[in-house]
Amino acid sequence: MIRRLARCIRDYKAPTIWTPVLIIGEAILESLIPFIIAELVNQINDGCPFETIVRYGLILFGMACLSLCFGGLAGYTAARAAGGFAKNLRHDMYACIQQYSFGNIDRFSASSLVTRMTTDVLYVQMSFMQIIRTAVRCPLMFIFSIVMAYVMGGALATMFVVVVPILLFGLLMIARKAMPAFHRVFRKYDRLNEAVEENVRAMRTVKGFAREEYEKEKFAAASDDIRRDFTRAERIVALNSPLMQFCIYFNMVAVLFFGSRLIISSTGAAINVGQLSSMLTYGFQILMSLMMLSMVYVILTISAESAHRILEVLEEVPALRDPENPVETVQDGSVDFDGVCFKYAPDAEKDTLADIRLHIASGQTVGILGGTGSSKSTLVQLIPRLYDVTAGTVSVGGIDVRRYSLQALRDQVSMVLQNNQLFSGTIRDNLRWGNPDATDEQMEQACRIACADDFVRAFPQGYDTMISQGGTNVSGGQKQRLCIARALLKKPKILIFDDSTSAVDTKTDAHIRAQLAQALPQTTKIIIAQRIASVQQADLIVIMDGGRITATGTHDQLLQTCQIYQDLWAQQTGGATA
Amino acid sequence: MKKDRAPARPAGRNPLLRAVGSLRRAYPVLLPLTIVCIIFSAIVSSIPALFIQRVISIIERYVDSGDWAGASAEIMPMILVLIGLYVLSLLSTFTQTQLLAYMTQGYLYKMRCRMFNGMQNLPVRYFDTHKHGDIMSHYTNDIDTLRQLVSQSLPALLQAGVVVLVVFFIMLWFCGWLTLLILLGVGAMFLVSRKVGGGSARFFVRQQQTLGKAEGYVQEMMNGLKVIKVFCHEEQSQQGFDAVNEELFGDSFRAHAYANMLGPLIMNIGNVLYVLTAMCGGLLLLFNVPNISLSGMPIAISIVVPFLNMTKQFTGNVNQVSQEISSIVMASAGAGRIFALMDQPPETDEGYVTLVNATVDPDGTVHESAARTGRWAWKHPHQADGSVTYTLLQGDVRLTDVDFAYVPEKPVLHNVTVVAEPGKKVAFVGATGAGKTTITNLINRFYDIADGKIRYDGININKIKKADLRRSLGVVLQDTNLFTGTVMDNIRYGNLDADDEACIQAARLAGADDFISRLPQGYRTLLTNNGANLSQGQRQLLAIARAAVADPPVMILDEATSSIDTRTEVIVQRGMDRLMKGRTVFVIAHRLSTVQNADDIMVLDHGRIIERGNHQALLEQKGVYYQLYTGAFELE
Repeated sequence: MIRRLARCIRDYKAPTIWTPVLIIGEAILESLIPFIIAELVNQINDGCPFETIVRYGLILFGMACLSLCFGGLAGYTAARAAGGFAKNLRHDMYACIQQYSFGNIDRFSASSLVTRMTTDVLYVQMSFMQIIRTAVRCPLMFIFSIVMAYVMGGALATMFVVVVPILLFGLLMIARKAMPAFHRVFRKYDRLNEAVEENVRAMRTVKGFAREEYEKEKFAAASDDIRRDFTRAERIVALNSPLMQFCIYFNMVAVLFFGSRLIISSTGAAINVGQLSSMLTYGFQILMSLMMLSMVYVILTISAESAHRILEVLEEVPALRDPENPVETVQDGSVDFDGVCFKYAPDAEKDTLADIRLHIASGQTVGILGGTGSSKSTLVQLIPRLYDVTAGTVSVGGIDVRRYSLQALRDQVSMVLQNNQLFSGTIRDNLRWGNPDATDEQMEQACRIACADDFVRAFPQGYDTMISQGGTNVSGGQKQRLCIARALLKKPKILIFDDSTSAVDTKTDAHIRAQLAQALPQTTKIIIAQRIASVQQADLIVIMDGGRITATGTHDQLLQTCQIYQDLWAQQTGGATA
Repeated sequence: MKKDRAPARPAGRNPLLRAVGSLRRAYPVLLPLTIVCIIFSAIVSSIPALFIQRVISIIERYVDSGDWAGASAEIMPMILVLIGLYVLSLLSTFTQTQLLAYMTQGYLYKMRCRMFNGMQNLPVRYFDTHKHGDIMSHYTNDIDTLRQLVSQSLPALLQAGVVVLVVFFIMLWFCGWLTLLILLGVGAMFLVSRKVGGGSARFFVRQQQTLGKAEGYVQEMMNGLKVIKVFCHEEQSQQGFDAVNEELFGDSFRAHAYANMLGPLIMNIGNVLYVLTAMCGGLLLLFNVPNISLSGMPIAISIVVPFLNMTKQFTGNVNQVSQEISSIVMASAGAGRIFALMDQPPETDEGYVTLVNATVDPDGTVHESAARTGRWAWKHPHQADGSVTYTLLQGDVRLTDVDFAYVPEKPVLHNVTVVAEPGKKVAFVGATGAGKTTITNLINRFYDIADGKIRYDGININKIKKADLRRSLGVVLQDTNLFTGTVMDNIRYGNLDADDEACIQAARLAGADDFISRLPQGYRTLLTNNGANLSQGQRQLLAIARAAVADPPVMILDEATSSIDTRTEVIVQRGMDRLMKGRTVFVIAHRLSTVQNADDIMVLDHGRIIERGNHQALLEQKGVYYQLYTGAFELE
């Protein structure tokens, strides 16, 4: 785990290495300063000349300056290293997610990916900084201080043998107890936030059913549950501070009592007043460094969870990869399904698609009809290789889709998805997704085919109108038409509409189809639709039911032979004859 | 109810003070107790200097004689007093930290609930005009800044403040000259903390903002990931992310760099101060400068040594305060945002007509009933004479000359008049953006009309309590929202009193029973993430079942079947026809087939009703509907 994460340090190796080095320098100076000061105090005590005081003062001043330089620089490099590390982590995660296939994406939810990329990375960034700063500094300070305490206090320093194990044991016990409690509560906390998000999203439903009070109760219960768990966990951690205080107090009393006895009974030979005061300082430093170390330990274990969640993203193997020596050109727009079976999960009982055999010639218009759950969408998603088949082959232009490079394949197979999406930016920006170099002329033409040109022009800013996040400022029908225009700009060999005119008026729908047939005669057009009218003119109509093709043929043929089609036709035209 | 409070509160009131104020109100007893504990342990932790001074002066008197027995007689009582104080201090620290842990979480719980409860009462407009990610961050990031504030920054500040004050007086007690020197040093520290700490705080706040930006970007791209794939847009999306990422790095790095440098800066100013104190002390001793102090003690080594320790203590505490600066600035910003949400004016509801269970006498008079009778009535108290009248709930909805605009300058509906008698089916047909959905938003008062009247069973809907009004309307929306929980829970959402049997019955009615029973755990299948494992059509069937179990007299179906294929729609339609029987129904649909059997079809265009009548009449009229039906005309 650590090795994989450490790979993200990359171009920030220098500050990562410099930080501990500088910290060591700072720590050494910081432990020397009390030593020199003790000397100074003794000198003053002995009534030394003023020059000696000045000399000591200058030495100390120099050391303080040096320590400041080290400390300040270390702070800078640590921030840079940790920030850079976090940046690289986010970059890598984002790059990984980009490589995910639909199968991978379905495993994580969007909001979980967002948290992993923001909050979790921040935690890891913090603990990375802690590792290269505190985790280096504290043990050093601890060792230095112990050594110095022995050098100065001699026998007096033995009391640390008593107090250090007490503190260490106490801190460990607290961390041990608190950790699992925190783990539990963090998980609950995540769920609470998910519940809030759900509530915000479903606000119309909540208000529609006048369920505000119910939601409040639900939230209060969940929130109170978290309060109780959190309080329990935090109260364990809160023991840290009295424990630490106990040790400091113990140190203080012991130094004062034993120290003064030692000084007096040895008439100042074994230890002197200056050393006594440094013993207090060192004692404080020893305990403090242990305390800090235990805090680092806590932060590390908390962020281990985050690191784990980040790794899950980084190590998810994209289900789809470019083959070696990929085919880069798609010959034509023919599509062949040969004995295709497909399951979303390998352990699923039923095939989502079973034994699909279908030939679509280049330039044909194909309509696909079928009920909810008949796997129409699944079928067409196999063509641009959004999923890989479980068995059989899907070929485009006579070549198995798995042999193309994904880029080449998807450039030629343009798909307008059912749940389509525009991105924040101008209409122009959105259209350019289809073709980054599209001229205004080309964009307008595509929009005319998709019947979008008129309403776009009607906007005060025309093609420069800003689309808000999620495309909420255009209507469903307008969105669908813009999505169609966007797909057209790719000039693909195969164009797939997955129920992509459902929010468009019948008339416009028909208009778009007519325009398409006229403007793109060479392009294979595959249309999933609800209305027979949408596919009536197609060269081939495919009827699907329960993941299988139950009938194929033209409108006239199907009307003769296919019961389902006859029913549909009767039902959809029933009103007209009534 | 709290309408008059909102303007009384000055908008610019410091959010930090408000946060502390609400903490005080939440814990009127525990908070002062905690403060007393903090002050006590702070004082105790700052007095060792006094003892050290005394002990050292005793040592000095006895050191040459080496008479430990004599010295211990004087030292021991002092040490015992110290131990006594320490025990008390330990107790108070223990109490204080436990109380703080308890109060912090309790406070956060209260704030969370206040925020959530306030949010439930906000009008739909708020959610239509605010990004969901921004609302969410109040519950995560902003609340977290408050936790930091209450559990750490405020106690640290108080503690450090007390220590500094006590130590300051002890210093004055000992030696005025050295105190002056330390004051100068502390002044320098404060200047540095303000400069560097302020820089750090500024960048932390900026980091928070860029984090939000990054979140928004990732969220949008994640939601559109499939589109990115289809368009091979991975590279561009990565570039866009890298730009935000770089910005985030810049802010985060600067924030931490400033914060990291603050510590060494303060500590080393402290070191220099320490040296200067030692030097000055030495000088004072050397030249026997007359002392200025509260105690009137002459300068002695027994004063200089504890002074050095006090310098450390001073520095340590100033350092502690300076470390809290950025979290306090962030808490202030976070609290500001939280209070801004809480201060949002809630959805007003002046309605006083309520929905009650009713019984009807043979002679037609309506009585209120405490038990569930299956019949409902509007209870209408009249303020003028204090009388109460009951109107049987029938589902008669009339819109008269309704005008409406989401933003004042852009009217969406003009002069809309619709009459829906009980049990009638009224359909709205029209292009997207013609105002169909807006009409339903007005009936259930998600938005309030600008002009005109809407009456429900003859009562102006403004007089009806919103909750009761909405309870009497079943709405099935185009976008289905499901909640985390079982399928059963989700259906029951329509009527919390419904038993399992009633829910299954409703599912059958909607035609959802079929697919539910094929789910792995049937009705106990757990739905997560807005029912992501269901198809859009299946989710819509669930939404219909949910409305069915609510059993309202009026139904609004807003493109309820748009995502269901026409074959399934037949099944649903059959269920819906059963469901609609005896109810007033408003239907919005694109498919004319869905609306043909409506009693009244309204053709909407740009917010106006341009034609109305039943299917047959409209066809005979040979107007827009006819052209629409025959495909010769488009409404946009």
